Formats: sequence, C-alpha cells, structure tokens
Amino acid sequence: MTFINYASREINCKIVYYGPGLGGKTTNLQYIYDSTAAQAKGKLISLATETDRTLFFDFLPLDLGTVRGFKTRFHLYTVPGQVFYDASRKLILKGVDGMVFVADSQRERMDANIESLFNLEANLKQHGYDLSKVPYVLQLNKRDLPNVVSMADLTAELRRKGEPVFEGVANRGIGVFDTLKAVAKQVLLELRKNGGG
Amino acid sequence: MSTPVVLYEQEYEQLKRVITRLCADANAKFVFLVDKNGQQIAAHGEMLNLDTTSLASLTAGNVAATDGLAHLIGERGFPVLSHEGERDNLHISIVAARVILVVIFDERSSLGLVRLRVKRATGEMNSIFELIDAKIDRERDMGIALDSPFAEITEEDIDALFS
Repeated sequence: MTFINYASREINCKIVYYGPGLGGKTTNLQYIYDSTAAQAKGKLISLATETDRTLFFDFLPLDLGTVRGFKTRFHLYTVPGQVFYDASRKLILKGVDGMVFVADSQRERMDANIESLFNLEANLKQHGYDLSKVPYVLQLNKRDLPNVVSMADLTAELRRKGEPVFEGVANRGIGVFDTLKAVAKQVLLELRKNGGG
Repeated sequence: MSTPVVLYEQEYEQLKRVITRLCADANAKFVFLVDKNGQQIAAHGEMLNLDTTSLASLTAGNVAATDGLAHLIGERGFPVLSHEGERDNLHISIVAARVILVVIFDERSSLGLVRLRVKRATGEMNSIFELIDAKIDRERDMGIALDSPFAEITEEDIDALFS
C-alpha cells in the first residue's frame, strides 16, 4: 500500500518479486543493489538459510529520485520460492503495490512456474487483491541456459493479462532494470489514476 | 488496488511530539513508528547512525510473522513483543491496530517503565490516528480529492527517474 508522507514529502511503494524457488528473484535484487549508486540505495537485507536460500524475505530500499517535489522510494521484496514457505509468502504480499513474477525458463521448471503462479493468484486473493488489477510484470529468466522453453511457449503459458514480458539473465543483469522500470511505471501511473486518494 | 496511506504535516507533528515525549519519559534511546507494511512514519532518539529503513522493514516482518504464529494457535495477535539483548532491548507494540511502535532502551530504563509510558503514549496516538481517519473520510464524503503529487505525473517524469 503506497504511503504518502506530506510532512517529509516522501512516497513509498512496495514491489514484490514472486516466483518458483531458485528462479532468480534474489539475483534480481542483488544485481540492482550492485549496480545502483550508494546514495540511491539502502542495505540489502537477506533473511536466508545457511545455504543462502531465502527463508523469509530479501529487502532492498531504492531511492529513485524526486517527482513533483516528492522523494520517490521503492521498497523491493522477494518472497521465499520454496513451496513449503507459503505462510511467509502470504505475509510479504500484504500491502503490495506492484508484482514481478520471475519465471525459470528451464524446461524442467515449467510445472514449478505454473504452480507458483497459481499460488500467487490464490495468495493475492486472500489479501483482497486481484492479479488482473495489480501492476504486474512477467520476467522469463535464465534465457542463457541450454534447456529452455521458447519465449513464445512460455509467454503463452504464463502470461495472464497482457502484462509486459521481459527476457532475463538476472546474474548478468539482462532484463533486470527493464523489469523494474516497467513495474515502477505501472505503480506510479496507478497512483495518478487514483489521484492519491 | 488499495487506497494509499496518507500522513499530513499537522498530524505528523502531533505524532512526533508524542514520541519525543515518550522517548524522554521512558528514558529510551530511540522511539519510532512504522506502519504494518514496513514504511517508517516518524522517529526520535539518540541513535544517529541507525538504519531506520531496515529497522522498519524487519520490524514489520517480525510483527507479521508473530501475528501469523498467533493465528495458528487461535490468538488474534500478540499486541506486545519484547526482545532483550546484552545492552539494548526492544519493546514493540501495536497502535491503532495498524501502526507499530518500537522503543529501544538500555540499562538506563526498564521494561516496566517503558510499558507504563508506552501505554499512555498509545492512548494519545490512537486519538491522533482516529483524527486522521476522520479527516480522510470527511474529505472523501465531500468529494475532495487528496492533493496528490502524482495526479499530473507524466510518462516523461517516470522515465526521468530511471535515466
């Protein structure tokens, strides 16, 4: 839920990266963190297991600059992708302003993508959101791997509502900022539509 | 999508006054208010280099996880959380059902004193949040659109953010 603070002239928006386990959600945030100037970012917090699997969430605050005199901050979160962390995923969706679904393009992860997408729709519904109305971007990650499903087939299977679709190789930064920019744009245009109240 | 949460200058100043007094009355090192989604609302205290953005996000995550635990055992929630460290301690409580009040204190204070002072401050802040809700409802009923800085945002403005 967007938070508009007229006293400090700040607007904060929450974007959540969702998708199957080991799909590249944390890698997206890590790349954004590594490529952003120090003054525009806060600490990247990862609540992870000892083997670096996301346990609760990753969090990265980004300061994008000023729009109409208001500091515009995006708080980026990832969810834990592993199926059994569903309770944690639900908590993180609370108050979300925009979603990125990071799909794993490898053939053997197709079922995991579909399961995670259904899970996203169900969890959003529990918070009273409808995926068709939430700012949303689809990233098809790991395009550099040999065993990938074609873009056309993945898009046909995973695209839900005509959302922007980006090819990604998150560990090399390909598609990472395009994805972020596309979702941020939708969030800000949504604010314009709502007129702030 | 849900309506944005809005905080005006007047109410912000009132909240700031309450937490400033709470910090002094409770002999605390730092007091801050964060909404349940992890957005910082106001802060006051002596810990100058504290990363309040991270603190806000982790506090919200902590409260959300503890609420989840409460629901699992049939409780509505745990309205007060307390963490004791070697030097510093955290007292976390819920205000107006949607805002989290965090007090950081050390051996100069005590849990009892913090609890007592938090109780009074919570009452005052509940009243302020009721006023904010009433103000927004009144404006909505009168059809007054909030003066959003994004009402006239252009695609060029947004592109400029990423340039």
